[in-house]
Formats: sequence, structure tokens, C-alpha cells
Amino acid sequence: MAAFLKRLGGQGARIVLALVFVLPLVFMVVSSFKPDDQIFGDLDSLRAFLPLGDVSLDNYTGVFERVPAARFLLNSVLISTITVVLGIIVNSLAAFALSRMRWPGRKLVLTAVIATLIVPFETFALPLVWWVNQLPLLRANGFQLEWTTGWMDTYQVQILPFVANAFSIFFFHQYFRSIPKELDEAAIVDGAGWFTIYRRIVMPLSAPAVATVAILTFLPAWNSYLWPLMVVQSEELRPVMVGISYFFQLNVGWGQIMAYSSMITVPILALFVAFQRAFVSSIASTGVKG
Amino acid sequence: MVFRIRRLAMASVAVASATTLVAGCASGSGGSTSGADGNTLTLWTHNAGNSAELDVVKKIIKDFNGSQDKYEVKLQAFPQTDYNSSVVAAASARKLPCLLDVDGPNVANWAWGGYLDPIDVSGSEVPLTDQLESTVGRYKDKLYAFGFYDVSLAFFSRKSVLNAYDIRIPTMDKPWTKAEFDAALAKLKKSGKFDYPLEMGTGGTGEWWSYGYSPQLQSFGGDLIDRGDHKSASGTLDGKNSVEWGKWFSSLAAKGYIAKKSAADPNPDFLAGKSAIHWDGSWNAAKNADKFGDDLAILPPVDFGDGPKIGGASWQWAMSSSCSNKEGAQAWLKFSRQNKYFVDYAKATGTLPATEAASQQVEGYEPGGKFNVLVRFAREYAQVRPVTPAYPYISTEFEKAAKDLLAGADPEEALGQAAKNIDNNLKTNDYYSG
Repeated sequence: MAAFLKRLGGQGARIVLALVFVLPLVFMVVSSFKPDDQIFGDLDSLRAFLPLGDVSLDNYTGVFERVPAARFLLNSVLISTITVVLGIIVNSLAAFALSRMRWPGRKLVLTAVIATLIVPFETFALPLVWWVNQLPLLRANGFQLEWTTGWMDTYQVQILPFVANAFSIFFFHQYFRSIPKELDEAAIVDGAGWFTIYRRIVMPLSAPAVATVAILTFLPAWNSYLWPLMVVQSEELRPVMVGISYFFQLNVGWGQIMAYSSMITVPILALFVAFQRAFVSSIASTGVKG
Repeated sequence: MVFRIRRLAMASVAVASATTLVAGCASGSGGSTSGADGNTLTLWTHNAGNSAELDVVKKIIKDFNGSQDKYEVKLQAFPQTDYNSSVVAAASARKLPCLLDVDGPNVANWAWGGYLDPIDVSGSEVPLTDQLESTVGRYKDKLYAFGFYDVSLAFFSRKSVLNAYDIRIPTMDKPWTKAEFDAALAKLKKSGKFDYPLEMGTGGTGEWWSYGYSPQLQSFGGDLIDRGDHKSASGTLDGKNSVEWGKWFSSLAAKGYIAKKSAADPNPDFLAGKSAIHWDGSWNAAKNADKFGDDLAILPPVDFGDGPKIGGASWQWAMSSSCSNKEGAQAWLKFSRQNKYFVDYAKATGTLPATEAASQQVEGYEPGGKFNVLVRFAREYAQVRPVTPAYPYISTEFEKAAKDLLAGADPEEALGQAAKNIDNNLKTNDYYSG
């Protein structure tokens, strides 16, 4: 009986915890189908979580009329995906060098990389704007290519500064350490070089770490707001998160905000669900919590 | 083997480092002018997502581009919430557009910071002298910006509610006194019919705190800074009258008259009858009138002793100092100053036209119109926020102090600390001289 009650209590606690996390999402999705008046009218009751009353797709139509949502979504998919792919390559290579090879100064380099984790982005955002504006840029001018200065208002300014990531390097480093070094030695005996070991042995065994880094890189890239606001002026280059502030004008459309939020949350949820198992296992095996 | 290890190790770390530093290690210098490519000028506005106002901006640009064939103006719209961050970032990179809009209280700061150049709009269709003073952005006697409209603050309520609780409906001739207002709030609170008798919009952020509440501070006889020389807040922001305001403001939350933090957009609560009186901007007047019709009461601000006060100055147009085609920018600014555009802005945004002539043509704002009282509030009660480059800092400190007051902080301490911080900022910046 005691064991049954204990199990029941455990299940109950899990259900409550699940509701705490799920209900805001349910509220968001349900509200996205309701007019503003009804959203506020339903707030005092459970109807806030149910698709009842004047339910329609008007808010979704309104979103596309008010904001170039498809363009923003496409931009974010492009920026986030390239950041993730480049991030996995660059950071895993750096971590491989730091964890599998013996060379003077590697501990110092690792310490320096980890030390950068304590510097918040906001503290160097403005100097970074100045720096990116000094960089050379090869730009197409009609049928000619010409060198100009300044990366403002481009895709690459939203991607490249975020490819190398100290946390990802540290995460890969921790994961690579759990892979037996005997594998390297055996491969070397067979004539493999370091890049072959990295490509053929270490990376194939690090799928959970890759999945985790993919998620942890994708999330901030997808949620990026302050940086694109500072460096991107053209609407056609803006990502989704900047788009949400389009709704906070004089006439705040709460239903449209919920519709837009639902649209931009779906890719994140899909990514997490796809990599959920690998994410949990790699977090558990490295002892690192993001 | 050792060589290969080193080579790959160095290459791997170098790739990571290079990518990290890619935003930082190249040389070169940005240009000193920007905002125009020949005779094609860039224009920034804070209206992305606000199609009503954005459409007017687009219309003026289209008309200007069609009216001559020398210049072309290209629009770039930004969301309002962090528009200032975009401008500050662009200014640091010398990438400001030629034309941009600026919130009135920031004109002095942007002019002092070298973002803006003085403008000359003499000879345009609408003379500057016709405008509400709060819609003209001057700094050190030079004209830097002008606006097409202003906004007004008012108490919105329902006549039926005030009558039901035997509360006098105030007029401009006889606004509420502090005692009357406090008594009215006590009655409404006692009724138990409202979540809060008064909605002050305490869920708002940023400039709303200074715009919304510093006029009440001024009505108490206090102010944000000594306006004589703009060199000290001590003795003013923490002076006797300001502390009195602080006590009153704090008591509103302590007595349960207002929410310590209301909804980000409190207007729906007022429309749903959750609050009896709403301290709000003229931008919601039409929405309130649609809902309550003739029952809507647009009431003047309370006279806390030094006369009723509201804030002044809204968005205005300016020219950047780094603009590479100032002649073209001036041409656009002059072109835009046509009476029809003053009318268009007001109609589209529900704001107060900056000129009397435009007011006559906007339904509801003409003399005798249902919203004309808002124009009169702007003309008679508006006080611009301190015209000093320190204003953005002053505003931030005031916001912090006001939030502390609602959380129960001691008024003398909270306002004293804000005054001290402002004085330190002024001193650190050499009183914004130069």
C-alpha cells in the first residue's frame, strides 16, 4: 500500500510538473485562434486553455499581413542551420585538438576558452559592432566583384561571430575524453592520421554530443534578437525574433503575437523532439548541464 | 608524427580562434559619411509593424520621389521597442541613414552626441511657428527636429461609474484636487467592484515611466532636475515637493488603488471594466470612445498644487550629421512639411495634429469635437521633459526610483539616491558641455 501511494505521489508530482511546463504552450497555441477580446475574457477561467468560442485562423492571416513572416522564418532557418553546421565542425575540431593531442600550451588554451564563458555578450556587443564594420567584404556589383568595408546588413554578420563557441568546445572536449584513447593508438598503428581519427572514429562515436551541441547552438541562433537589431537594417535580412517586436506597437495584437509565437516555436520543438534521446544521454555522460 | 599533431592541433585551434575573432581582427576604417548612395537617401523610421503610421511615411516618400527626379528616398522600418539600440549601434559604426525619426526627449542627447545636424526648414509650406512647441526639437537654440503630431495624457473614465459613486466629473476650469482624487479612489476601492480603482499602466516599460508619472511629480511642485542650468538634480528630485509626490505615489500601491505591476497593455482591463479610471495616452481615445460611446469621460489631470500637468513631445524627424547628401535630406524634410501630411498623420495614428490648421481638418479634434479636449490639454498643460543630453540617464534613474517606490521603498531614500546618481552622471560627463 505504501509503495502504491509512493508511486501515486511520484506520478502526481510528475503530472503537476509537466502541466507547469506544458500549460503556457497550450495557452499560447489556443489563444492564437481567438480574438483579443476573448483572450482577455477567458483569462479568469479554464477556457483560457481550451479552443472554445470564436475560434478562427484570422490571427495567422493577420500575422502575414503585418509582418513578412515567411521571409523572417526562412532567414532564421538559414542563419541557425549554417551556424549549427559550422559550429559543430569548428568547435569539435578545436575540442579534438585540445582533448586528444598532446602539445604545449593546450591546458592554457582550454582555460582561456572556458574563461570566456563568464563574459556576457551584452558587454562587448557595441565594440563588436564597431569591429564587424571594419571587416573587408567582397560584394557583387552587377557582374563585377568588388572589395568594400563593413559587414553590417549581411547574413554573415549574423552567423560568423557565433560559430566558435566556448561552451561547445568545452562540451565536445568533455565528451571526447570519455572515448578510449586506445582507439586512437590502434588507428595510428593502422596508419591513420589525426584527421582520419577525428573523422572516422571520434566523430561517429560522438553523435549524442553532436546532437546536444546542435540544439544548444540552434537555440541562441534562433532566439537572437539584440545582435540582428544592431547590425541588420534591411527587412529582408531580419530573423524571426526581431519580427515579434513588430507587434508591440500602438495597437498590440495579442492574438497575432500568440499566432506568431506558435509559428516560431514549432521548429524548436521539432528539433528538440528529434534529438531528445541523444540530448539526454550526452548530458548525462558528460556531466555538463547547459 | 609530432609535426603532424602540432600542425592539426594548431590548425584546429586556429580555425576556432579565427572564427571567434573574425569580427575583430581585420584592419580598415569605416567611412565618415553614410546614409546616401549618391542622390539615393536612406530613411529610418520606428514604425515597422505599425502600418497606420508607416503608410503615411511611405506616402510622403512616394510623393517626394515622384515630385522631382534628382533625389530618391528609400525606406527602412524598424520595430519601435529597440529602435534606439539600432540607432546607437549604427552611430557607433558611422552607418546612420540620412533621415531618421527620433523620440522628442532624445533630441538633445542625439544632438549632443553628434548623431544629428541642425536643419533648416524655412520656406516650407507649414511654418515652424504654427506648430505646438512640444513638437519642435531644439537644442542650444538650434533646430534639430520637428514632429507632425503630439500625444496627450488624460484620465479616462465612465460618466455612469463616476455618477454612481457620487464623484464629481472634473473640468479644465475645475480639475480634481489631490483631496478630491484621493477621496474618489477610496470610494471606488470600498465598492469592491473593481480589481483596482485606478489603472496607471505600471506594467509599462522605459520612457512611459517618465512620460506618464513625471508630470504628476511636477504638479506636486517637484521636478526631475533643476531646469535653471540642468546641472543638478539634488534639491529638486529629492526636494520636499518631490518627496511628497513619492509618498503619494507609493501610497497608491500600498492602499491597493493601483496594481504594482499592471498588464503590459492595460487598456483591455479598462475596457473590460476591471478598473474605473485609466491614466492613459490619447492614442487609446478612439478605442475607448468606440467601446463606451457618450458614456466615456475624458478628464483633465489632477491639480496636485502646482497646476495640472502632462508630458509633451513625441516622434520627430531629423537629419543625421554623417549624411553624405544633406541637401537632399533637407529637401525631403521641407517637402514633408505640408498641411495634408500633418492631417494624414493625425488621422492615421489617432494623435494630436501639431498645427491648429490640421486640427480643424481631423474629425473629432476640431473645436467642439469629442477629442478636442485632448488638444487643449496638450496646449495648456504640456511640459516638455528636460531638454538636456542627460535626459536618457535621468529618465532611467527616475524609472528605477518610481518602481522602488511602488515596491515600498522610502521616498526620501529612493529619490535621494536617484538624484545622487544623476548628479554623478552629470559630473562624470562634465555636465554634457561641448
